[in-house]
Amino acid sequence: MKSNLFLSTVAVLTLSAAAANAETLRLLTWGGYAPDDVIAMFEAQTGHTVEVTKSNNEEMIAKLRATNGGGFDLAQPSQDRIAGPQAEFGIYKPLDMSMIDTSLFIPSMLEATKGNTTIGEDVFAVPHVWGTDGLVLNTAIVTDVKDYTDLCNASVAGKVSYRLKRPTLIGFAFSMGLDPFGAYGDEAAYQGILDLVEAKLVECKANVKTYWDGGDELKNLMRSGEIVAAMAWDTGGWQLNDDNADITFVAPASGALGWIDTFALPARGRADEAAYAWINFVMQPDIAAMITASAGNFTASQGGDANVDDALKAKYQASFPQEAIDNIKWYPSVPAGLETLEGATLDRINAAR
Amino acid sequence: MATDRSKLAFWLLLAPCLIWLVTLIILPHVGMFLVSLREKVGVREYETSFANYAVFLNEPLYWNTFARTAYMSIAATILTLLIGFPISYYIAKLTRGRTKTTSFLMCLIPFWVSELVRTFGWMILLRETGVFSNFLQYLGLVNGPIEMLYNDAAIMTGLVYTSMLFMVVPLVTTLDSLDDSLIEAGYDLGASGFAILREIVIPHAMPGIVSGCIVVFMLSLGNYLTPILLGGKDSLWFTGLIYSQFITRFNWELGSAFGFLLLGLSSLIVFVGLKLTGQSLGKTMAQS
Repeated sequence: MKSNLFLSTVAVLTLSAAAANAETLRLLTWGGYAPDDVIAMFEAQTGHTVEVTKSNNEEMIAKLRATNGGGFDLAQPSQDRIAGPQAEFGIYKPLDMSMIDTSLFIPSMLEATKGNTTIGEDVFAVPHVWGTDGLVLNTAIVTDVKDYTDLCNASVAGKVSYRLKRPTLIGFAFSMGLDPFGAYGDEAAYQGILDLVEAKLVECKANVKTYWDGGDELKNLMRSGEIVAAMAWDTGGWQLNDDNADITFVAPASGALGWIDTFALPARGRADEAAYAWINFVMQPDIAAMITASAGNFTASQGGDANVDDALKAKYQASFPQEAIDNIKWYPSVPAGLETLEGATLDRINAAR
Repeated sequence: MATDRSKLAFWLLLAPCLIWLVTLIILPHVGMFLVSLREKVGVREYETSFANYAVFLNEPLYWNTFARTAYMSIAATILTLLIGFPISYYIAKLTRGRTKTTSFLMCLIPFWVSELVRTFGWMILLRETGVFSNFLQYLGLVNGPIEMLYNDAAIMTGLVYTSMLFMVVPLVTTLDSLDDSLIEAGYDLGASGFAILREIVIPHAMPGIVSGCIVVFMLSLGNYLTPILLGGKDSLWFTGLIYSQFITRFNWELGSAFGFLLLGLSSLIVFVGLKLTGQSLGKTMAQS
């Protein structure tokens, strides 16, 4: 493993020798995706410096929109949030695939992401970290929650939390037997689905303690026992599992929702050289394993799961038997305009008493 | 020559203020107003219209949210005044020297930490596994844990706490300037304590009350953190709507329109408030 790391170090060094000057890479990413030790290694090997800004999908797009795609050199929005915002605001620029070492990626994931983020001839994103949305349950107390709609059961009244965001709408729709992804192309049909989900979520509101917003807020609520069931990210459930063996992530019966966070270049980024160097650096299996350890989620790096510690692997396998993996619903690209409909629905749910 | 020079001095002294006003307040507002007039008709296609304002009028949800924000802010202002007035009176009239400085400082100290930290402090106190709930259980007053967070009362507590200082400072200043002999004269002439409060203290303190109320009302109306964090799932606040239009819905056009409506409607409420109490902004500014 040492020599492996050494070899890849040499590879990156020769690659970055092309860079005439050391650049500052302004990275717009999620918490945990750029741990300090990885940044230190990258800076030592390439001479570039890295400035990290932590954010989420909506904020990333809002920030880039405010500057017409400036202010950052590399962003990490989810793959379903590339094509729509690009069509609408033009905040990304096409990737030069010759600069990326595609052999570092899991081929199927790379192809899927490219397929979802290609506009015309241009590819706008490559995959980095993937994970799912599902149920985080305190299994010692909760026994009858198998799917999102079960969060509305009387047995967990007042002890439930989820986000008031689009994944919740999508998750509940699937759980109610509807097919929101199938209706992506048809605004009227999609509105019909949203109306049904809205009625369900309004009815369910009395069960909710509060809508969570950040990962730490959810963990806090779950650890204190104030909530016992939530719709949340798999990694949140696994991290809580370290503190309390009763709490774990469960893939819902209707299927976990799979997301892939990507690398995309902002339209007016200035340090492309450093951005490509970063992509090729963090996709190396050893580095990818370090990011998995920090973020809690697996990466699209070929062989990146080999060096991940066994505890996390065991949790992953317990939460995802093969049929649950096959049942993962991957987010297709969100067409421009759908989010306005979802926004109005979310506002009405928020306002309901 | 002398007039030229004084003119130059006038403009130079005014320049920072003008630059501030134009670049940081007027220009962004003009830009935002133009954005609010754009109606999205398709991908990257916009038309000029008042459609975004029509959305506000046609969707009762937005109206109700604004009304709720306004009346909660008014209630917060009145509560702050009711709590702040006795405190200010005590500081201004009943204490001297070091006690006065200390008690004034006590009102100030919470504002040395950021609003976020203060709000988190309230969350620690009020939550189900928090300090109050545990204390009540320890005393045996309640059987199980009780949730005091995520309701309107929690929002109100947070708002009053956050804006207390902005009521106390102008009130202390105006009450300080009230000559004690006027109050003594009132007692000499046989007036009751209530009559003195009504006839002497409150009329004198009116400019402080009005400016304090305006500041507290505007701060509450424009507050974002406190209602969102303390209100939880029922935290419907107009600034929260504006935030979500801008950030999570990418709908800047509607967000800008909401921003302008907030500006206009809040100014209207202050104007009506001044008219109802027979005060004018000029008088308030001149006296306080």
